[in-house]
Amino acid sequence: MVQKESESILRPNWQDVRFGNIFPKAGTATRYKTGDWRSERPIVDREKCNKCGLCWLYCPDGAMEILEDGYYEPDLYHCKGCGICANICAKKAITMREEGA
Amino acid sequence: MSKRVPLEGSFAAAEAARMADVDVIAAYPITPQSHIIERLADFVANGELNAAYIPVESEHSAMSACWGASGAGARTFTATASQGFFLMHEVLYFVAGMRLPVVMTVANRAVGPPTNIWGDHSDAMSARDTGWIQIFAANNQEIFDFVLSCFRFCEDPRVLLPAMVHLDGFTLSHVVEPVILPEQEEVNRFLPKYQHPYVYDTDKPMSYGIVMSPDTYAEVKKAQDITLRESKEVILQAWKEFGDIFGRYYSPIEGYRSQGAKTLLMSTGALSETAKVAIDRKRDRGEDVGLLTLHLWRPFPFQELYEALKDAETLIVFDRSISLGGPGGPIISEVKSALFDRRRDIKFAGLVGALCGRNPSVEQFEEIIDRGREIAEKGSSEVLETIGIRG
Ligand code: SF4
Ligand code: SF4
Repeated sequence: MVQKESESILRPNWQDVRFGNIFPKAGTATRYKTGDWRSERPIVDREKCNKCGLCWLYCPDGAMEILEDGYYEPDLYHCKGCGICANICAKKAITMREEGA
Repeated sequence: MSKRVPLEGSFAAAEAARMADVDVIAAYPITPQSHIIERLADFVANGELNAAYIPVESEHSAMSACWGASGAGARTFTATASQGFFLMHEVLYFVAGMRLPVVMTVANRAVGPPTNIWGDHSDAMSARDTGWIQIFAANNQEIFDFVLSCFRFCEDPRVLLPAMVHLDGFTLSHVVEPVILPEQEEVNRFLPKYQHPYVYDTDKPMSYGIVMSPDTYAEVKKAQDITLRESKEVILQAWKEFGDIFGRYYSPIEGYRSQGAKTLLMSTGALSETAKVAIDRKRDRGEDVGLLTLHLWRPFPFQELYEALKDAETLIVFDRSISLGGPGGPIISEVKSALFDRRRDIKFAGLVGALCGRNPSVEQFEEIIDRGREIAEKGSSEVLETIGIRG
């Protein structure tokens, strides 16, 4: 069987994963927390940001979110802290701040 | 009525895919398999086969396209050989791990360097652990029959694994032999429609090929191993039913004058046909010797091996590929290890030869048997014994 969506997901027996490479739901990666891989987090300076959206476009994890007012903020459940958004921002509106500093 | 027609091995493979009514062919040409996919391209172009033919830019892409097609519920076929086979190597594991019943013919060819085009089993042996079902054909009828039957057991819901049918480059791929082609109606009776339980469907999206941590990977691999082992029973059932419909019965290890023989030669692929003549000659001279042709290489037929060797005292294994720096040819290594706990009494000899199209004659097969018996009796100072190599 395909992995069942239950507690046994995390530690299945081999009998439960005959089709182990298939998970019978889509978009499951959103539930996977990658935010704790991060050692630095992006901080957006709204004074400098012109809402161009490049950070949103370039984030390899789709972790930059568009807020209602048009500004961008990282979704910290998924943001891995790679710094690509900070690097790509033409307005230098994003700085990377060390976690726990 | 079935009909008996002259067909080269490549065309026998293509006919089987046509009669199986494959939906998708994705392939890249390489000698000596090109005739297979060229023939299929003709069938599609002439309207004799209603299939999507995807001409890709490499074998890696060919197998990747097969993966997608098979996952989307299409009966999928491809063919390759040697260096092209290596280029698709990475994807072979994925197709097996994703439980997709792609069927592929491999027109076996030696591996470069030296650059070559001629036949041996070095390409086949490199795929030993990919998780594919692997079958060696010894003649053109077997190519047709094995390709057809592969669709049947690969697509069985208990199996859902890919299979490769190995056929010796040139010796089979380019040689014309009589082949019995069945009626389409008989084929339809033998082959139900392919249905995958987790087919790619945009209305029911799922996650395929997900990442696995150390906590889950090993369970998935074990499940894959057990599924491949268990497929043997389904293969046997399918071959039984194939025989009942088409009149030709197959087994994982085929015996030829092997009943009760004290000395057995084991060979694989087309060379077994030559070896049979050598066995006949030796039998005529009163020598107690028979032949075993290994058809099913994966899953390895342990039980059938034990049964085939019931009365044997000496086993000579002729390998058509060389395991550089290893413990002999791949087949003798596996056969020995399969028998280690059961048959310490058997005397073994492993010989490697017939590399890159240097096919032994009948006389040379007689020498192989003689030399094998000598090694089995007296032992050898070499870990890996070759035959027919100068120096
Ligand atoms: S790239 Fe920089 S300027 Fe553009 S939206 Fe993102 S933070 Fe604002
Ligand atoms: S740091 Fe990397 S992961 Fe996080 S929002 Fe920026 S680009 Fe995305």
